[in-house]
Amino acid sequence: MSITADRALALPQRAGLGLKPEHYATILADRPDVGFFEVHAENYMGAGGPPHRYLEAIADLYPLSVHGVGLSIGAARPLDREHLKRLRLLVDRYRPQSFSEHLAWSTHDSGFLNDLLPLPYTAETLARVIDHVDETQQWLGRPMLLENPSTYLLFSESTIDEIDFLAAVASRTGCGLLLDVNNVMVSAVNHRLDPVSYIDRFPIERVGEIHLAGYDETIDGAGDRLLIDAHGSAVRADVVELFRHSLSRSGPLPTLIEWDNDVPDFATLHAEAIRADAMLSAAAPHGGVIRAA
Amino acid sequence: MTMTFQDSQNAFASALLHPDLPLPHGITTARGTADPLRFAIYRNNVHVSLTMALAQRFPVTQRLVGSDFFTGMARVYAADHKPASPLMMHYGDDFPAFIAAFPPAASVAYLADVAQIEVAWSEAYHAADGPPLEIAQLAAIAPERIADLVVIPHLSTRLVRSDFPVGSIWSAHQDETVMPVGEWRAEAVLIVRPEMQVEIRILPEGDGEFLACLLGGATLGDAAEAAFAVAADFDFGSALTGLTMLGAFSAFEPSEGEVS
Repeated sequence: MSITADRALALPQRAGLGLKPEHYATILADRPDVGFFEVHAENYMGAGGPPHRYLEAIADLYPLSVHGVGLSIGAARPLDREHLKRLRLLVDRYRPQSFSEHLAWSTHDSGFLNDLLPLPYTAETLARVIDHVDETQQWLGRPMLLENPSTYLLFSESTIDEIDFLAAVASRTGCGLLLDVNNVMVSAVNHRLDPVSYIDRFPIERVGEIHLAGYDETIDGAGDRLLIDAHGSAVRADVVELFRHSLSRSGPLPTLIEWDNDVPDFATLHAEAIRADAMLSAAAPHGGVIRAA
Repeated sequence: MTMTFQDSQNAFASALLHPDLPLPHGITTARGTADPLRFAIYRNNVHVSLTMALAQRFPVTQRLVGSDFFTGMARVYAADHKPASPLMMHYGDDFPAFIAAFPPAASVAYLADVAQIEVAWSEAYHAADGPPLEIAQLAAIAPERIADLVVIPHLSTRLVRSDFPVGSIWSAHQDETVMPVGEWRAEAVLIVRPEMQVEIRILPEGDGEFLACLLGGATLGDAAEAAFAVAADFDFGSALTGLTMLGAFSAFEPSEGEVS
């Protein structure tokens, strides 16, 4: 196999795309200039078949990010050992440049709830999340990135600010952070915070990857504007501007375009990456062209 | 009253799954009040993501009853059947059984069996890879030994037998224009992925019985006898080579009772 054991443990400072089955053939035929591809870990946990065949071929050609959506790191209950084993198998097999998961939970006695649910930020929940990140990193034998959530409600019992919570997890576990700029916009609007100051306070030196996506919009029960993390459209203009602001703090970082619902044709998706790549180039210290790692 | 983290998460999940329950204690907004509409977004996300996962895995089942009926049926299923793991590729393994016992779907008698083909299709798609038995390997077996052999099915091999022409119905719904189904009769459908393409074949009656017996562990000789009993025109040679060429087997081996 040509997936080399000595792949760099960092994604290139380029725009990447979520890998969708409907684009497998196009990517392999055209080999578009894309910085990296990202997959949802759980979609590649089957025993065999086309998903693995295509992922092997694409991971031979491009850097790879594995993004988990089912580990439930923010759950009160212990992590699922079977799922950790599956993750380790996947990470050992594909040796991705990055592994990331969410500050959220999704498990319950009745089963997997298939959504990223919010948690209160308290000393107790912080201790639990730190344990879970530690355990994940031990199982995988590598550091992970933890993503800031998008949320629609708050908990009155929360005593720790979200950024302080994430910073504490990072400094206690050594994990990196995944800064989802769309999530920042969604949560900031939903909780009447200033998205720019959220970015300004974020521990930017910990950020190993940025996510961008499109949101939907509605109003809540009080008639206030409410944003929904939908991943079903192009990145919205205000999120593009917030991304530009983030880059002014961080410099170029690996940046993923997430478009998981109503997936467009590859050219439309690629156009989003090209736009982000141009912004990453402009954010490079000397405005230079960013090369793949 | 102070709740532990686990208690409050359980309460949150219960309220999420049971819309008749009050909002979970302690949720709020920047205005300082709990907003049922915001909590409903999470409720909706769970329901929609589960019904969408079923719609993706059961596209023909959905076409047969229309998306409104399908979504309603999927919602009833999802209310009592949560995914057992985060591997959504397995979600709905028992959806066909649910459909078979779902009274509003009773008028579409073949619906559960079509759904079973779709379960088999995704199982075959995600099954472990392995080389199917080659026809040359079959030819190398001494004729006098054949009757006592049993098969090791290919890991992707699935057989769906129905009182209805479900293979024909499934095939008719692969294109935009639905082709009329010819003869209304029972069908045995082989679903197999020897390489990277899932293949679906409607088997002759005798071949269906033959394969069912083989998958149940019968020797080739016993399976052939059973096939003859249901179909006088059963042709052992063409059934065996046909199924082998379709990739249904990965090996033959002596049956356990055989003295070598």
